Amino acid sequence: MLPDSQDWSAVWLTLQLAATVTILLLCIGTPVAWWLARTRSRLRPVISALVAMPLVLPPTVLGFYLLLLMGPHGPVGYLTQHLGLGLLPFSFTGLVVGSTLYSMPFVVQPVQNAIEAIGNRSLEVAATLRASPWDTFWSVIVPLARPGMLTGAILGFSHTVGEFGVVLMIGGNIPNKTQLVSVQIFNHVEAMEYAQAHWLAGGMVVFAFLVLVILYTLNPQALRK
Amino acid sequence: MNEEMISLRVKHAFAGFSLDVDLSLPGKGVTVLFGHSGSGKTTVLRCAAGLERAQQAHIALGDAVWQDTDKGIFVPTWQRSIGYVFQEASLFPHLNVRRNLAFGMKRTKAGGTLDDLFRVAEQLGISHLLDRAPDKLSGGERQRVAIARALLTRPRLLLMDEPLSALDMARKQEILPYLEQLHDRLEVPMLYVTHQIEEAAHLGDHLVLLDRGRVQASGPLAGVLARLDLPIARDQEGSVVIDATVEAHDTTWHLTHLRFPGGTIYVPQRDFAIGKSVRVRILARDVSIALSGDNPSSIQNRFACTVNDIAPADDAAQCLVGLQVGEVPLTARITHLSANQLGLAVGQRVWAQVKAVALLE
Repeated sequence: MLPDSQDWSAVWLTLQLAATVTILLLCIGTPVAWWLARTRSRLRPVISALVAMPLVLPPTVLGFYLLLLMGPHGPVGYLTQHLGLGLLPFSFTGLVVGSTLYSMPFVVQPVQNAIEAIGNRSLEVAATLRASPWDTFWSVIVPLARPGMLTGAILGFSHTVGEFGVVLMIGGNIPNKTQLVSVQIFNHVEAMEYAQAHWLAGGMVVFAFLVLVILYTLNPQALRK
Repeated sequence: MNEEMISLRVKHAFAGFSLDVDLSLPGKGVTVLFGHSGSGKTTVLRCAAGLERAQQAHIALGDAVWQDTDKGIFVPTWQRSIGYVFQEASLFPHLNVRRNLAFGMKRTKAGGTLDDLFRVAEQLGISHLLDRAPDKLSGGERQRVAIARALLTRPRLLLMDEPLSALDMARKQEILPYLEQLHDRLEVPMLYVTHQIEEAAHLGDHLVLLDRGRVQASGPLAGVLARLDLPIARDQEGSVVIDATVEAHDTTWHLTHLRFPGGTIYVPQRDFAIGKSVRVRILARDVSIALSGDNPSSIQNRFACTVNDIAPADDAAQCLVGLQVGEVPLTARITHLSANQLGLAVGQRVWAQVKAVALLE
């Protein structure tokens, strides 16, 4: 049996989510990585640990607490309701929030490594050449950290595509709204629709393989430049 | 040009080291900050640039106050009108030479124009490298690009932190002429950090000796080098420098005559224009002393002089004799035995014989 329209909608939704989350990850993850790479603050290990938590926590744990936080009685839930945004769980926005938190370490760590590798000297040089810190960030840090940012973006994107636990906890399984590929595979298997499960699961295998091939092909070149 | 004083009053302490200097330096020419590693010379430079934030400081260039801890003033590096050349070449690896040169220029209001870029590139001999990536340049070329890049911001103060120390002898020789040119042509003052006395002798107008975070001496280069109480004079490499002008060429004997306020120095003929200013360096160990000037000798450079001072050298067998040739001080390093046999005394008229003269163009 070929994939049906509900499958295609899950694929489309998954890509939309992954793209949105990747952009958010770069916007939020880069300053965090910058701060972690440069700070001498005693908070550094704490923030590092917080960012890395999703690596070691079961996704269901993260999903569970996000559900409580964003739910009608959680502080975030109060806030979003107060702002007229409604409740986030079981919505696309909720998925974006959860996925962004969940994939954060996959972006922060490569970007942080790249920024640390740039070292202090280039930044000092930029300052002696009249570049303000903001200017230095765009004209020196970003170009030099680009290979790390590319790695982070690819990892963040593919990790978002592949997640299951957090999504199921806070997004549920609403067709056309929060039903992603990973969840749809689970649905097909439960319904004994192995052929359709194969289409989606096989597609994921190919996708993951291609992403890794691209990553390993691109990155050494990007680093050599 | 503007002769603003450079004021550097810095107190700074960190792990096992304290810096405490109070310098008032001339607002033109090259001031060399000289000292061994750990003397604090680089820290002084970094404080002047604002790369290091001194705990207590008053740093000013003329009327521009860059740091005053009493008034809570600290101007960040990027707002100071400085050009800084680091020890190792520090070009941006993601930009080619042209873009490296333009980086500071286009961020400075009064910065150079494209014409300036080409002119400075020409002066530093890097015109043919503009489209190269930094990793395709030799060490000497990279450092020349770094110097050009600093110049193109048209700074009010140039700071150089051992710009030659990461280079081998051949590369140094390649860059020194450019630095000398800069010295002659440049209107902005320069602070130049080095631990190589040859570089200091080459480029300096003013010399600051730093030792373990304190100022040992500060003054015009020739005067400081001739002071017998300082360790650099007592050292084997102790020397004086003399500024002279090319007076004549002797084509018969292939000699060039250099005139200085005290006499004429003969050096092997060089292709210099008459009237050109040159600097010579004379090591104290190459100067010997005779009681009369008329005994035949193979040494041509002989000067009548007066004994100013006699002081111990770093070697128990030897002493330093401070001599005055006209207006110029000269140091001789001889054995105590010789000094005793000649009966040298302060105020005595003697003849200095100079065996070797190093020409620093």
